[in-house]
Amino acid sequence: MTKTNRVRIEKSDCCVAITKLEAQAVSIRYRDHLVLHDISLPLHKGCVTAIIGPSGCGKSSFLMALNRLLDLVPEAQVSGKILLDGEDILESGINVTTIRRRIGMIFQKPNPFPLSIERNIALALDHHGITDPAVRTEVVEHSLQAVGLWDEVKDKLNTSGVTLSGGQQQRLCIARAIALQPEVLLMDEPCSALDPRASAQIEELTRELAQRFTVVIVTHNLQQARRLSDYAALFWNTNGYGELIEAGPTNVLFADPQREETREYTQGTVG
Amino acid sequence: MPEAISQPAALFPSTGIQAQPAWREACVAGALWSVALCIVGLFAWMLGDLMLRGMHELSFDFLLLPPEDAGRAGGISTILVGTLALLGVALGTALPIGLGSALLLAEGTRTDTPFGRFVRRSLDVLAGVPSIIFGLFGLAFFGQFLGWGWSILSGGMTLACMILPLFVRTSEQSFRAVPLTLRQGAAALGLSKWAQLWHLSLPCAAPGITAGLILSIGRALAETAALLFTAGAAMRMPESVFDSARALSYHIYLLAIEVPGGQDRAYASALVLVGLLLLINAGAVLLTRQFKHRLVQL
Repeated sequence: MTKTNRVRIEKSDCCVAITKLEAQAVSIRYRDHLVLHDISLPLHKGCVTAIIGPSGCGKSSFLMALNRLLDLVPEAQVSGKILLDGEDILESGINVTTIRRRIGMIFQKPNPFPLSIERNIALALDHHGITDPAVRTEVVEHSLQAVGLWDEVKDKLNTSGVTLSGGQQQRLCIARAIALQPEVLLMDEPCSALDPRASAQIEELTRELAQRFTVVIVTHNLQQARRLSDYAALFWNTNGYGELIEAGPTNVLFADPQREETREYTQGTVG
Repeated sequence: MPEAISQPAALFPSTGIQAQPAWREACVAGALWSVALCIVGLFAWMLGDLMLRGMHELSFDFLLLPPEDAGRAGGISTILVGTLALLGVALGTALPIGLGSALLLAEGTRTDTPFGRFVRRSLDVLAGVPSIIFGLFGLAFFGQFLGWGWSILSGGMTLACMILPLFVRTSEQSFRAVPLTLRQGAAALGLSKWAQLWHLSLPCAAPGITAGLILSIGRALAETAALLFTAGAAMRMPESVFDSARALSYHIYLLAIEVPGGQDRAYASALVLVGLLLLINAGAVLLTRQFKHRLVQL
């Protein structure tokens, strides 16, 4: 308990309760099937928000809606509003490319491109107009340093990204995302495909990143959510679709939940 | 405890967990090996037969001289030029159209839309249509309606129609095989669809596309029926795509069946055709490997 408190105090220093990204009455359907119903959740600037809940309650779908990645799934329909700095990103006229540049995403399974390590990062830089070779080299180096991968790969930047280990691949994917200097970082169970050591590294990294970005992380690991996040939101599958049943500061949610389901889930007795 | 250990065997008494008798394994292995050897043997037999009967006719002159006396003397230079021109027109037409259609089918439409289903079904039917039907279509449309007559253009376009279905379907499969996670990763970095296609999907799909291309080239090079009434049988050196030209495979047919005393030349020409196919295959594989190596390292 004391340890939790200490972590809380450390975190609240960098955590400002300014809403960066906000879901307002967001519902998601696949064809006629309702997956997620009426989610309203503010995501605070410079904070880590953990989205927890049992499998199949729409956590990943929600995350993918936040950067319009659900557009890739033709059957999916998102309704409601998602406000990035007050601007609704679900509006049809919006530039999706810019939105995704501002809101980066890390996936459950590391997905480096089958390109060289350097090219993995440089590809998106090129695409977004950062073509000056000197600047590009610098950004590549900085990004790799930020994820602690530079020393491991600096002599083999031209080898394929897929030859790296799982943990290294995931860090490369994070480097690739932060090279674009996004404002928000969405992480979909970034540790679930990794071994405990690599997982710990990613967790440590996430904590560092949270000082620069607004982080939203989906996780099944309650301990991780507790260690890592400032805010937590519990999704629950009630009537065949997912709903947000409780959200708030992580320590409050874990120590003094309002709902019975939350208490049982966070104590590991259900879910 | 001993009961617990013996339980699995009791539960699954007749599954393959128990070791197979060695002779049965040997039989299966032997059968598989002989099937494989049969295939290799068949190819070796054909190639050997061709070489035995055609090799003595083969020379540089044979490749570089125009045919004389209906093909009994001289070489096959004009035939080779005509064949390559036909292939060039066919590929020049089929490649861009085929890749475009494959992309549209793989990326643009959902698998389950009526339009996508309809296009796919049509392509599958077209792929099975006998080539003589394509020949008749080519004659009616390119030869008569468009007025190109018997020409390389008519023949090449007919070949293009014939190889398109196969090429589109194999290319579509290759594009679909690009992992969704890669596309998601690219999209999440704000890459446009075109950038993702060019930088990721195309290189990843390149080996599959090449395989389809090689199959298509093989079909086009082997074709005679579709060229009967579209490209004609002229043996003189073609001067433009509007000239008639005789394809190598058609030349082989004529030498073997219609020209008495042309059999040896037919074998030699067949040997050249097989050599050409092998050469094109090797070239395509090499190109893909280089293309892949430059852009993608899988």
